[in-house]
Amino acid sequence: MTTDAASPLQQTPLHAWHIAHGARMVPFAVYDMPVQYTPGVLKEHLHTRAGAGLFDVSHMGQARLIAADGRHETVAAALEALIPTDVANLAPGRQRYSQFLDATGGILDDLMVSRAPGEAETGTLRLVVNAACKAADYAHIAAHLPAGVRLEIDADLALVAIQGPAAERIVARLMPEAAAMGFMATAFGTIAGLPVYLSRSGYTGEDGYEISVNASQAVALWEALAADSAAQAIGLGARDSLRLEAGLCLYGNDIDTTTSPVEAGLTWSIPKRRREAGGFPGFERLSREWREGPSRFRVGLKPEGRAPIRAGVVLYANETDPEPIGRVTSGGFGPSVNGPVAMGYVGRALATTGTRLFAELRGSRVAIDVVDLPFLPNRFKR
Amino acid sequence: MSRAYTEDHEWIDVAGSIATVGITDHAQAALGDLVFVDLPKLGSPLKKGDAAAVVESVKAASDVYSPLSGEVVEVNPAVADEPGLINQDPGGAGWIFKLKISDTGELAGLLDEAAYSALIA
Repeated sequence: MTTDAASPLQQTPLHAWHIAHGARMVPFAVYDMPVQYTPGVLKEHLHTRAGAGLFDVSHMGQARLIAADGRHETVAAALEALIPTDVANLAPGRQRYSQFLDATGGILDDLMVSRAPGEAETGTLRLVVNAACKAADYAHIAAHLPAGVRLEIDADLALVAIQGPAAERIVARLMPEAAAMGFMATAFGTIAGLPVYLSRSGYTGEDGYEISVNASQAVALWEALAADSAAQAIGLGARDSLRLEAGLCLYGNDIDTTTSPVEAGLTWSIPKRRREAGGFPGFERLSREWREGPSRFRVGLKPEGRAPIRAGVVLYANETDPEPIGRVTSGGFGPSVNGPVAMGYVGRALATTGTRLFAELRGSRVAIDVVDLPFLPNRFKR
Repeated sequence: MSRAYTEDHEWIDVAGSIATVGITDHAQAALGDLVFVDLPKLGSPLKKGDAAAVVESVKAASDVYSPLSGEVVEVNPAVADEPGLINQDPGGAGWIFKLKISDTGELAGLLDEAAYSALIA
């Protein structure tokens, strides 16, 4: 999306906290966000993998779909018409990853959909969508909702992520029942006296939680978590290098309206029932790609040597062929890998682990190998 | 002559016909922890303003421009092995390359310490 340069950037409820704590702020999806704090991207990244990182992700969109009849079946059917994931069988207290698809199977956005535990919110689904896409997502949803299901945008909610090996200890000290939550479980709870809705998930490859709280209580929640000596504020710079090492897609880089979930290697998020029966936008393309294989795949890429190979770099099958066979969509330096890491799309025939390709960097071709993702074993709670 | 600077945040020490080039403390702080340095090739001819080296942080790649015209006569292998040396000692052990100056007239176009300090103030 584009923004009017003259329009002021929006702020999250933690904006003043970031500035008071040494953050360097940058514009990101119409928000003024911390890209790094005093320690810098490298140390923030390594700290998240060693202790715990605190991330302000309040710029992301939070919303609910609500069935007027209070039935899960009603709201699930409405959302299944827009995404290829199984929502009908989503149990209370569980979250799933999915994608909004357009009529040609391109990805409009990726999202988390969850169902609160117990009976309190039966007939409601909670959504978390990307900041840059949220306005378009909400319009898309509103335009396709059947009568009897409404969209409620929760602009008064903030979202704080805590990620890393110390995350469970830090959260459980404030909310003991959080320790027993499995990966992608959700719960209501109270942290430092503040009512929260949290999921055991994240965007770093580490164990951790994403905690939704009323915007007016975001600073209090943040400070309760930050009071632990193992917790440190982490900016968007390290968030990007963490998710890249974890092999996770960034919307706008690795997935967009030109890529399908099949090409992007996200078929795991689409269960058999939906692969067979369809009933979502773009089913024709996805179905054909499952049958015949897509023309290209998203792959992990490990450059030889030390030079980072960044987004936009063109890939070739060998050192001389003038015809590109792919393109890097995310790339940089992986602090935990201690070397360059990248991902991108390559033609199906070359998308096999171990295939050596070449990246054009400053006028010469650098060897880059197709590797399995993630670059580091993920440490999600099982 | 005393240390000179460019508006692109390089520093230059001139001894006879040889100029030693690095990036300023202000530049290294703005870039953050460096993780990769691409040095110029020995013997390569550079014109003033050419991209001579590349320094990369986790997030981004930045060019280091040649502050003067000349030929690359030495590069600092220590910063290629340990890019963090530029963060730790940008004006000393973190020097990047040395040039044999081909046009001493260009020296007059560089900034002095006071002018550079004013630029980054």
